[in-house]
Amino acid sequence: MASTADTDVMMAADGVPLKIKLRRAERMKKVWALVLVAPLFIFIMVGFVIPIISLLTLSVEDPEVSEALPRTAEAFSEWDGQGLPSPELMKIFAEELSEAERGEFGRVSKRLNYDISGFKSMLKRTARASDELALLPLDEIHQGFIDLDEDWNDPQYWATIKNASSYLSDYYMLWALDLKRDEEGSITSVDEGRAIYFEVLIRTVEISFAVTLLCFLLGLPIAYLLATLPARKSNLLLILVLLPFWTSLLVRTTSWLVLLQNEGLVNDAAIWIGLWNEPQELIRNRFGVYVAMVHILLPFMVLPMYSVMKTINPWHMRAAASLGAPGWKAFLKVYFPQCLPGVGAGTLLVFILSLGYYITPALVGGPNDQMISYWIVQNMNTLANWGLGAALSMVLLVLTMVMFFIYNRFVGIDRLKVN
Amino acid sequence: MGLSATSPAQAQDTITAASWGGAYSASQREAYYKPAAKEIDMIVLEDEWGGTLSEIRVQVETGEYKWHVIDSESGTAMGGCDEGLLAELDWDMLGGMERFLPGAAQDCAVGTISWATIYAYDGNQFSGDNAPTTVADFFDLETYPGKRGLYANSVTSSLEMALMADGVAADDVYQYLTENEDEAIDRAFAKLDTIKDEVVWWDSGAMAPQLLADGEVAMTTAWNGRIYNAIVNEGKNFIIVWDGQTIDYDLWVIPAGHPEYDLGMKFIEYASRPEVMARQSQYISYGPTTNEAAELVNPDILQHLPTAPANLSNALWVDTIWWADREEELLERFQVWRSQ
Repeated sequence: MASTADTDVMMAADGVPLKIKLRRAERMKKVWALVLVAPLFIFIMVGFVIPIISLLTLSVEDPEVSEALPRTAEAFSEWDGQGLPSPELMKIFAEELSEAERGEFGRVSKRLNYDISGFKSMLKRTARASDELALLPLDEIHQGFIDLDEDWNDPQYWATIKNASSYLSDYYMLWALDLKRDEEGSITSVDEGRAIYFEVLIRTVEISFAVTLLCFLLGLPIAYLLATLPARKSNLLLILVLLPFWTSLLVRTTSWLVLLQNEGLVNDAAIWIGLWNEPQELIRNRFGVYVAMVHILLPFMVLPMYSVMKTINPWHMRAAASLGAPGWKAFLKVYFPQCLPGVGAGTLLVFILSLGYYITPALVGGPNDQMISYWIVQNMNTLANWGLGAALSMVLLVLTMVMFFIYNRFVGIDRLKVN
Repeated sequence: MGLSATSPAQAQDTITAASWGGAYSASQREAYYKPAAKEIDMIVLEDEWGGTLSEIRVQVETGEYKWHVIDSESGTAMGGCDEGLLAELDWDMLGGMERFLPGAAQDCAVGTISWATIYAYDGNQFSGDNAPTTVADFFDLETYPGKRGLYANSVTSSLEMALMADGVAADDVYQYLTENEDEAIDRAFAKLDTIKDEVVWWDSGAMAPQLLADGEVAMTTAWNGRIYNAIVNEGKNFIIVWDGQTIDYDLWVIPAGHPEYDLGMKFIEYASRPEVMARQSQYISYGPTTNEAAELVNPDILQHLPTAPANLSNALWVDTIWWADREEELLERFQVWRSQ
C-alpha cells in the first residue's frame, strides 16, 4: 500500500509526469500561436500603428518657434505675457531673427500668421531690418521695433509669439474644435468666419446616421427575401447585391454623377414621363450624397443580416403562427430578435465606414456636404497645415472610438455576427 | 585622354521633370523634352504632380529626390522659396532677371509660360446681342441666367474677378487691395456671395470645359489653354471672354539641396532660350515669358495667347508678392466660406 502516494502522480509512458507533459504541450501550442500571429502583428505595428501614432503626434506639436528661435522660445515662456515684454526679451528676439535661416523663418512666420493675419508681412519687414535692430542698446530697442511697425506696440502680437513658444501645445486640437486660447490663455471660440470644423463634425455624424438608417430600411427586406426564397432565386438576387459590391467605388460614384446630372438619364427620363418639367438638381447636394453612399454601403448591411437570417429556423415563425400570432407580430417578436446580431454588425459596419467617407461626397456633394475626411485632406495637401490635419484626424479617430464604445455598451460587441 | 573614353550612354544626362499632365505636358514634350535629347544631349523623364508644397517638402526633408525640375504655379514657387524648400536659381546662367517679363523672375523660380484664368460660355447657348462680353456679365444672373463654374482650390483670380466685376478697373485692383485691404476683401466676398448659390465648383483643369460641354453650367472660369484645346481639338463652340481675366505664370523650380542642381539648371537654361521657349505655343495657347521669345511666336497663334494685345484691354497680372503674404489665410477663408 506504500505505493499509493506514487500512483497519485500520473505518469506518461516515458516516465514524465503527465501534468508536466500537458504543460509542455500547452506551451508549445502557445509558441506556435505566437509564431503564426507574429507576421500579422509586426505588419500591423509597422504599417499601421506606428505611422498613425507618429502622424497623430503632429496634432499636439507646435514646433516652429521653439525650433527656429530656441532662445526666444525659452525666454518668452518664462514671461508672464502681460503687456509688452521687457527690452531684454525684445533683444533676444531681434538677435535670433537676424540669425534665422530663410526656411526656418518662413515656417515661423507661416505659423504666427495663423493667429493674426498680416503678421507674416510684418515679421518679414522686421526680419529684413533685424541686423541693425539687434545692435540697438536696450533702452532704444522698443522704439526700434515700433519704428519698423506701429503694431509692435500692440501686446497681442507679443502674446502670440509667447503662445506659440512651447513645443507641445493644444493649439491645433483646439483649432480642430473651433476653439482657441485668447491673450490671457483661456479657451474661447474662434471668430465666426473661421468656425467650421465643429459644424463639419456634427454634419459627419448626421450623414453617417442617415446613411445607416436608410441602408437598414432598404436592406432589411432584401436580406429577408434572400434568406427565405428558394436557393435558385435567392442566388440570383444575391448576385445582384454582390455585383455592385465588387465594382470599384470610384466607378460607382462617377456613374451616379452621370446618371443624376442635369442632362443625365434620371432627369431625362423623369421629364419624358412627365414627373417634372425642368431638370431637377439631383447632384452636388445632400440628396446626391445619400443616394451614392447608400448605394455603395448597402451590401455591407445586407450581407451580415442575410448570413444571420439564413441560420434562423423557419419553423419558429410557423410555430408562432400556429399559436395564433398574426404575421407582423410573429416577425417582430420571434424573427426579428434573432436577426439582431446581424443587424448590429451591419449597422456598425455601415456607420463606421460612413464616418470616414471622402471620395463620394467630394464627387457628388456640394461644398457644404463635405465630411471631416475632406477637411483632413484639404489641410494636409492644399493648405499644407499638417498640424490641423493631424488634429482633425485625431478627432475622427476619437469619434469612431466613442461610437464603437457606445455601441458596445448597448448592443455588445460579442453579439456581433458577420458569418 | 582616358577621361574621354566614357561610353555615350554615361555621357548623357538624365533628369526628371514634374508637370501637370494632359495637353499641357504634351506641349512640353514636343517643345522641350524631345528636342533636348538632340540639342543638349539630355534625356528628360516625365512625372506628374498635384501642385502642392507637401510633395516637395517630403523630398527635401528626406533627401530622396524624385524630381530635378518642377513646373510650379507662382504662389507655390514663392511660398516654397520662403520656406526654404526651393533652391535659388543661378541667374547669371539665365542671362539675368531683366530678360523676363515682370514677375516671371523670382529668386527661386523662372517663368516658362503665361496663362490666363478667363471665363467662357457655350456659343450655342448665348449668341449675338445676348452674348456676355464683360467680366460683370459673369456675375449677372438676371440677364444671363444659369449656373456658373468656378475653381474650387484657389481663391486667386476669383477674388480679383469679383472686384473687377464690381467696378474696380483692372489697373487699380492691387492698389485698392493694398490700401483698403479688409474693405476690398469683404467687397470681393460680397460679390461672390451674389452667385454662390448658382456655383458649380471645378477642381481640375479638364473639368471646366467638361461642365460646359455637359450643359451643367451656362458659363465657367477656366484656364485659357483648356478652352482653346476644346475648341481646336474637340470642335466645341466655346467662346472665351477676354475681359477681366487674370494672367499668371508657371515657373520652373528646383527642390532645395538637390545633389544634381547643375543638371536642373542646365535644363532650365535650355528651356529659357527664346527659340526653344517660342516653340511651345505651337502646341497650346500659352505665351512665353520673355520678349525675345514672344517675337518668334507665329502670328496666327499669337491672337489666342493671354498676352496678345487685343486680349489685354482689361487684363490683370496676378501680383505674386501680394498673394505670398495672404494666400494661406485667404484660401482658408475661401474654403470655409464655400462650405457655409
